Amino acid sequence: MTDTSTPTATKPKASDGPFTRFLKATELDTRLIGMVGALALIWIGFHLYGALVNNFGAFLTPRNLWNLSVQTSSIGIMATGMVLVIITRHIDLSVGSVLGFCAVVMGMLQVYILPPLLGLGHPLIWIIAALAGMLTGAIVGAIQGSLIAYLKIPAFIVTLGGLLVWRGAAFLVARGETISPVDETFALLGGGPYGAIGSTGSWIVGGLACAAAIFLTLNGRRQRRKFKFALRPVWADTFLATLGCAVAIGAVLLVNAYPWPKGIVRQYTERQGIEMPEGGLFISHGFAIPVLILVAVGILMTILLNRTRFGRYVFAIGGNPEAAELAGINTRLMTVKIFSLMGFLAGLSAVVASARLNSATNALGTLDELYVIAAAVIGGTSLAGGVGTIYGAILGALVMQSLQTGMVLIGFDAAIQQIVVGSVLVLAVWLDILYRRKSK
Amino acid sequence: MENTGTPLVEMRDISIAFGGIKAVDHVSVDLYPGEVVGLLGHNGAGKSTLIKCLSGAYQADAGEIHVNGQKVEINNPRDARSHNIETIYQTLALADNLDAASNLFLGRELVTPTGFLDDAQMEAETRKIMHRLNPNFQKFADPVSALSGGQRQSVAIARAVYFNAKILIMDEPTAALGPQETKMVSELVQELKRQGLGIFLISHDIHDVMELCDRVSVMKNGQLVGTEKVSDVTDDEILGMIILGKKPERSAA
Repeated sequence: MTDTSTPTATKPKASDGPFTRFLKATELDTRLIGMVGALALIWIGFHLYGALVNNFGAFLTPRNLWNLSVQTSSIGIMATGMVLVIITRHIDLSVGSVLGFCAVVMGMLQVYILPPLLGLGHPLIWIIAALAGMLTGAIVGAIQGSLIAYLKIPAFIVTLGGLLVWRGAAFLVARGETISPVDETFALLGGGPYGAIGSTGSWIVGGLACAAAIFLTLNGRRQRRKFKFALRPVWADTFLATLGCAVAIGAVLLVNAYPWPKGIVRQYTERQGIEMPEGGLFISHGFAIPVLILVAVGILMTILLNRTRFGRYVFAIGGNPEAAELAGINTRLMTVKIFSLMGFLAGLSAVVASARLNSATNALGTLDELYVIAAAVIGGTSLAGGVGTIYGAILGALVMQSLQTGMVLIGFDAAIQQIVVGSVLVLAVWLDILYRRKSK
Repeated sequence: MENTGTPLVEMRDISIAFGGIKAVDHVSVDLYPGEVVGLLGHNGAGKSTLIKCLSGAYQADAGEIHVNGQKVEINNPRDARSHNIETIYQTLALADNLDAASNLFLGRELVTPTGFLDDAQMEAETRKIMHRLNPNFQKFADPVSALSGGQRQSVAIARAVYFNAKILIMDEPTAALGPQETKMVSELVQELKRQGLGIFLISHDIHDVMELCDRVSVMKNGQLVGTEKVSDVTDDEILGMIILGKKPERSAA
C-alpha cells in the first residue's frame, strides 16, 4: 500500500494474457480500474435509462456532471479523513453532527457577531469565519480523540455520543433557527456560477495537472534508475502520462462546456455594463471552487498518507498497533491527531456545505457520517484496518453521489433511493471481500 | 571467558507486578560485551516480562537499570533504542500490511531534506542488509504478511541489527523456524557476538541455550533461581533449576 513509489515491475510471464501484461507493466491498481468501471457503468446506466424511459438522458450532460462534482465535494473532503480513521481501526460517527456544529458556529460569526464589529461585508469576515469553523472542528476532534486514546473509550461509543452531543450543541448555538445569508465571499466557496473559476482559470488548472502528470512520470523513472530498480516499459509510462493528461483536459472541456444560466449572464452583463449580444453570452462555469478544494485536500492527504512519517505511522498502527507502540510510535498522540484532522476536515466540509446553501442550519450534515463511511469503505478502506487509499475514498464519494443524483434524475422516490444506496453499500463491501480473498 | 570490567547492562533488583501477581520479583541479571546470556524458564516464569522492562515495553515497579555503568531511565521503547538496546520480539512486532523496508525503518524512517519519506533510499538500504542476512530474500515490494515465517524473522532481525545495536534482546528467536532458518539465527548470533554485542537470549529450548550462550539465568515463578556458566553445568542441572527451582549444589565454585 505504501510502497507505490518504488514497486518493482515484475517480469511478464509468457502465459499472461495481454490485459494481465498491461496491468503488470503499468502497475495500475486493479481495484482502481474496477471502481472506474463501476462508475462508468452507473453513469451510462442512468443516462440510458433516462434516454429510453423518459426520452431524455440527463445524466451525461455537462450540467449534471458539473453539479455532481460540486455535490461530491463535501462528502469527499470528509471521506479522505475517514480513511485515516478507519485505517487505524477506529470509526467516526460524529462527522455529520460536527459539520452541523461547525456550520452554525461559522454562521453565527459571520451573520451576527463579526459584521457589527468589522462592518458588513468586511473582507476579513469570510476568512475569520472559515478558520474558526475549521478550528472548531479540529478542537472537537481532538477532544473526541483524547477520550479514545487516553481514557480508552471505544471510538464507536465516543463518536456515537458525539453524534448526539454536537447535533444538540448546534441546535443550542443556532437556537433552532436557519442562519442566513452568509458572507458574499464566503458563499463563493460553495460553488455556483460565481463560485467557479471560469474558462481560462480551468485551462490553467488543467495545464498544471498535465504538467504534474508528466513530471511525476519522469521523476519516477529517474528515482528508479538512481536506485537501480526495475523500470516500467517506456510505452507504459507514456500511456500513464498521456492518460493523466487526457483526464485533466477532458475535465476542463467538460466544465467549460457548461455555461452560466441566462439569468446570471444578464445580471453579470448589467453589473459590468456590457452590451448583451444578440444570441446571448456563453460564459463557462469552469471548475467549481469546492471541487478545487476537494482536489487540493485529496492531493495533500495523499502526500500526508504516503510520503510522511505521520502517514506511515497511520498504516503501522492499523497493521499492528502493538508493533507500532514497540517501534516507539506514540500511538495515543497519533489517535488524537487523526481525530483532530478528521474534525478539521469536517469543519472544511461545513464551509463548503453551508456556503453552497448560503445558510447554516443545525440540521446540516444529517446522515453525512453514513455517506462518508460508505464512501471510504466502497473506496477500498478495510474496516479491519491497515488498508486504504485517499483516491479510493474520493471515488467512493463520487459513486455514492452518482447513485443519488442518478436516481433523482430518473425520478425514483426517496424510499427507493435509500434502499438502493443501502444495498449498494453492502454489495460493494461483499465484492471487496471477494477481491481481497482472491488477491491473497 | 572471564567477565571483568563494567557490564554492558545491569538490571538490579527488578520487580514488576500485575494486579497483585508478582511477575518479576527482585531479579538481577547482567550482560557483558561479546557475551550471550540465556534466560530460561517455563512459560509464565517472568523472563519475557523482565526483558520487556529493558526494551521499554513495560516499566519496572522497582529496581534500577544500568547501561555501561550509568543508571538509565527506560520509560518507553524510544528510550531503549536511544541506549542502543534493540529487541527482536517473539511476536516479531511487524506491521503485516507494510513492506520489509517500512518495517525495518518503522519509527526511524529516513527522510529527504524536505522531510518526506525517502522510500527509495530505505528500500535500497533494506536490500543491502537483507542481502547480508538472508541472500535469498527477494520480496521487497510485498507486505510482510506475504512472507514466510523465516523471512519475517529475518526482517525482524534486520531491524534490530541495522541500527548498530550494542545490546540485543532476542525473545524466542527460533520458536517458529525450521532447521535451516534456526541455523541462520545461530550463525548470526555467533557473528554478532564476535562484533562485541551483548545478547540476551530468551528461550525455553534448553539445547538452543546450551549451544549459543555463555551464561544462563534461570527464572521460576518470577524469581531468579540462579545464574550459571554454561561450561560449569550439565543439561540435567539446568533442567533441575527450571523444573524444581533448585540450584546445582556445587554452584559456589
